[in-house]
Amino acid sequence: MSLLEIRGISRFFGGLAAVSDVSFMVDKGAIVGLIGPNGAGKTTVFNMINGFYAPSKGEIYFKGEKISQLKPHQICKRGIARTFQVVKPLQRMTVLDNVIASAFVRARNRAQAEAMAMETLKFTGLYDDRAILSKSLPLGKRKKLEIARALATQPEMLLLDESCAGLNPSELNEAIEIIKKIRDRGITILIIEHHMKVIMSISDRIVVINYGQKIAEGTPLEIRHNPLVIEAYLGEAQSA
Amino acid sequence: MRKFLPIVLLALFALIPLVGLSSYLMHILILVVMWSVIGMAWNLLGGYCGQVSFGHAAFFGVGAYSAGIIYTKLGVSAWWGIPLSIIVVALVALVIGYISLRLRGPYFVLSTLAIGEVFRVSAENLEGLTQGNLGILIQERTWVEKIWYFYIILFIAAVTFYLIKKTIASRLGYYFVAIREDQDAAESLGINTTLYKTIALCMSAVIAGLAGAFYTNYMGYIDPDVVFSLSDISIVTVMVVMVGGVATFWGPLVGAVIMVLFAELIRSIPMLGAAHQTLFGILLIIIIIFLPNGIAGDTSKILRLLRIRRSS
Repeated sequence: MSLLEIRGISRFFGGLAAVSDVSFMVDKGAIVGLIGPNGAGKTTVFNMINGFYAPSKGEIYFKGEKISQLKPHQICKRGIARTFQVVKPLQRMTVLDNVIASAFVRARNRAQAEAMAMETLKFTGLYDDRAILSKSLPLGKRKKLEIARALATQPEMLLLDESCAGLNPSELNEAIEIIKKIRDRGITILIIEHHMKVIMSISDRIVVINYGQKIAEGTPLEIRHNPLVIEAYLGEAQSA
Repeated sequence: MRKFLPIVLLALFALIPLVGLSSYLMHILILVVMWSVIGMAWNLLGGYCGQVSFGHAAFFGVGAYSAGIIYTKLGVSAWWGIPLSIIVVALVALVIGYISLRLRGPYFVLSTLAIGEVFRVSAENLEGLTQGNLGILIQERTWVEKIWYFYIILFIAAVTFYLIKKTIASRLGYYFVAIREDQDAAESLGINTTLYKTIALCMSAVIAGLAGAFYTNYMGYIDPDVVFSLSDISIVTVMVVMVGGVATFWGPLVGAVIMVLFAELIRSIPMLGAAHQTLFGILLIIIIIFLPNGIAGDTSKILRLLRIRRSS
């Protein structure tokens, strides 16, 4: 059975359909890539799964339960965590406090929350930076902090919104390793990414959207050779 | 050493009256402690949870009138207003929170500004309940000496300080600060932001209300213009915390000392009239420009400036 099931969701902003009639499924334990040109509606899809927007049409099911009318904090408690494309660290808190704040969702007391946070910081390689105020972190580490914070809520499913954008090559390899390690823990991942090397190398399946509509879905190999996808990214090949 | 600072300071405050201060100095001391309580209340909501309120006079005033009204209507001691105000103010805060906490940032601020004024105008016009602009006079004072009033407000301040310190180190504190820093991130990290903002507002309101109930008993007279005052309660509350240091444990106390002394100083200037608010404004501008984190928040900056002055 699939962990996350998206059934024909649409979202309108005024007259504009940011997302229209998108459906796909995410199997447990998989890494699914969500790609598409700028403004295709990828983050809007995330915002609907995460509960920031209610879908104008369609439904979302998580573990067989309908979640599309719930609030973000309720969805987080059910086991879906997300990161933000534009990082949102809790600026005037230390890295450790950032992660403790999110670990409290599952922890019974402060000591337990701190233990969970420490473990997450070691896992993501931020342990040495734990006492730094998060507003003074460089971008690469802020992206990691986003992941650490999401992981500290002990999700079953993680939504990564461009967690690799803006990283240098060595940070990029590190990020790929972390994502694979997260998958090895049994956490299902839905990832938005522009970096084709990343998305092709880690995804089990890829969903492509353009102008708010799903135009293709398949394995990385199928996607690479899909003419619709090539057209969406490069324009019509013949006209060049 | 730092750990014992609150206890040492509490002991020092408790000993001050024993040196035999004049009635006027005791009055100043009581005002300082009372304002630090109001400042701590505001700081919990505005400083830690990031929900800036320009209407704390509403809670102070409702607390004050809880004590005043049970005295005039039921004929019991106005001291019963202290426990009663907790319930009344919490209910008022729940209603206000339900309406205004769905607004964010400046919109929330404006709604609190309006709420404070709504309460003042209501208190002026609900003459059957509040006696309107006539005010409420507590005819028999409990003590002539000020010392017991001082110990009562000192006790309230000590309990408030302890409570806030415990709260900030707990789950609640982490959630409050997370909401202040980024409400969307907090929400997506599983924090029910509406619920926790309401908790912060209720706690803050109840503490401010306690100070109000104490004020009725201490001053023996209240009227809507005094206890629901925008400029003398709501704005001064914000200034106490701004001057002292937002989101610091000691900020409200430092701010209360400075603001009460400053207000007394201004009052001694002849022919000033309502222009004293201009001086408050100037002080606020100076603080925002030079010490944006307040005196308690920028201590290292102040020390550094002093050291440069001395070495040069």
